[in-house]
Amino acid sequence: MDKVIFLFLRRMRAPLLVLIAAYSIAVLGMVLIPGVDAEGRPWHMGFFHAFYFVSYMATTIGFGEIPYAFTDAQRGWTLVSIYLSVIAWLYAIGKILTLLQEPAFKRAVIEQAFARSIRRLHEPFYIVCGFGDTGSLLVRALSRRGIRAVVIDRNPDRINDLELEDLDVYVPGLCADASVSAYLTMAGLSSARCRGVVALTDDDEANLKIAITSKLLNRPLPVICRAETRDVQDNMASFGTDHIINPFDTFGDRLGLALHSPGTHLLFQWLTSVPHTPLSEPLYPPHGKWVLCGYGRFGKAVQKSLSSEGVEAVIIEADPQRTGCVGYCVVGRGTEAETLLAAGIADAVGIVAGTDNDANNLSIVMTAKELNPGLFMVARQNRHDNDSIFRAAGLNLVMHRSEIIAEDILAQLTAPLLPMFLQQARAQSNQWANELVSRISAVTGDMVPEVWTLTLNEYEAPALLHTLAEDDVYLGQVMRDLRERDHLLPCLSLMLQRGSETRLIPAEDVALRSGDRLLFCGKAGAMQRMQRALYNGNVLRYLLTGEERPDGWVWRALKVRH
Amino acid sequence: MNLEKVVFGFFIILALTLNFGFFIGEFDNPEHHNVYELFAVIVVNLIATVLKFGDRTQMGALLLATSLVADLQLLVAAVVWGYVLHISGTGLDSMAMGSIVSLAGGAMLANIVSVVLLIIETANLRR
Repeated sequence: MDKVIFLFLRRMRAPLLVLIAAYSIAVLGMVLIPGVDAEGRPWHMGFFHAFYFVSYMATTIGFGEIPYAFTDAQRGWTLVSIYLSVIAWLYAIGKILTLLQEPAFKRAVIEQAFARSIRRLHEPFYIVCGFGDTGSLLVRALSRRGIRAVVIDRNPDRINDLELEDLDVYVPGLCADASVSAYLTMAGLSSARCRGVVALTDDDEANLKIAITSKLLNRPLPVICRAETRDVQDNMASFGTDHIINPFDTFGDRLGLALHSPGTHLLFQWLTSVPHTPLSEPLYPPHGKWVLCGYGRFGKAVQKSLSSEGVEAVIIEADPQRTGCVGYCVVGRGTEAETLLAAGIADAVGIVAGTDNDANNLSIVMTAKELNPGLFMVARQNRHDNDSIFRAAGLNLVMHRSEIIAEDILAQLTAPLLPMFLQQARAQSNQWANELVSRISAVTGDMVPEVWTLTLNEYEAPALLHTLAEDDVYLGQVMRDLRERDHLLPCLSLMLQRGSETRLIPAEDVALRSGDRLLFCGKAGAMQRMQRALYNGNVLRYLLTGEERPDGWVWRALKVRH
Repeated sequence: MNLEKVVFGFFIILALTLNFGFFIGEFDNPEHHNVYELFAVIVVNLIATVLKFGDRTQMGALLLATSLVADLQLLVAAVVWGYVLHISGTGLDSMAMGSIVSLAGGAMLANIVSVVLLIIETANLRR
């Protein structure tokens, strides 16, 4: 607030001085110059009349010689006053208009409006730095779940996109360099309601700077970062960045998982996708010879996970010198049939098109398909706006960088227990995962389930805590429908955390204890219904005992009487 | 020497001296209080106020506040003057003059504070 007003006052100093001077000269002249009244006697205009006359003359509202007709001397002075005051007004108004157009002033007004909207944000929020493909996917998914976010991006076009975007909750955005600490602070970094910082700019250095700034200015705040090179990743980890996402490694890892145990891969896929989208089909990548086009960061990550699964991969690379695969790769782009044939596409089982050019990737896949129609096709998609053509190409698996990052972060932010669950699920057999997947699909149908975490504390489950103090409550009892307690809610408990001990797929007869943390997945709306029971003592009593007790002071009093 | 400081100090002190000049004289005697002097006080005070605009320091804020107080008092005095002369038609009797001069006296106090603040600030500079 201050900055804008002070800037305005400072710039208005000169025009105001000119106006005051013009008015006082004109008024003084009118008072000093003698006139005559109706009877021709000499008369001096008073300050009151002079100020009245000058006021309407200067603004050219109207004209009249009051209270008596002017003498020639008075008319001469009026002429001088008209030009003096009109010029003074033109100058002042011109100054105001210039000031309003000035970039520095506009910037101050925008920043002030942004800071005000952050102050008025009374709910917890996340700061998202970078509103590119990934950032917009993440913010959209967060807003669909009613979670507030604040966006900072350096590109003014993206901030305009944010303003035009039809989001469920209001998301304030500022066009600024997020790696400057002043802007992070303005976005609410040190606010008590800030729940975390997500650095998603396409510049690793900027992400690094954001992570350091956030950790220094607000240490307990979780910081999630995107990193695309190994050394930046290590650098971020060194000062305690809570979660670092390397989209290439994550994808390579997932592909390896799909080769190793398709059931576990499907479980991962279902639990981390954006909710309320159709469920993906299970994936069965074949074991055998794979052809890998492009040996950049993505190619290396895929090759690593393929070889750890014992799958042979032939590399095609246009620039073996730079990528460091001299000697054991086929030189070429992979978009032409010769290179693919030289790499042995005829007897391969799968192809990965992993260059950083979408057109080339599609061309590689289409050429390979003609040479060997039975191939398992994987392609890397670099740009979000190529969605439709990648979908039309009929690929088995698309590596979409922004989606991978957005899904990963969403899981981190909305269900803090999920990463731990997934880590433990990896250690289980494919058979275990298959059983769980079929249970999930039985509960949630063909849409991606919602995943949520429940902590049994005063904030999230006050009514349950109250009951727990007197009586045992079992997990199965809170997973019932509050409308009809014989019906189960369409949800599944995935994990129970009690202190340092965790239990996968807890049974329904587990007795709950205060402080437990539970991970659920289920159909849309199941979370809200469960929460109502945990908040409201009457609803919970109905779930536990089937008894609908009257409430309110009068009814309680009547009940006691009986 | 800084020309800006000279102009600034000039207007602040001139506001006080003119104010004093108007104020002095028999309290409720219209003969002793000149309307031109009141006009000059108002103009100089307004200029002094505008000169104080846009200073973000604590001292600047206080200086601006004192000036605004003086402006308010003087403008009310001028309005009273115009009212008794032209609107109510009671003329400049001793009661009207008394209230005009006491308002101007209040403005003078504010102007004194302003000058004292200016002196304190200058003394703190020590150069």
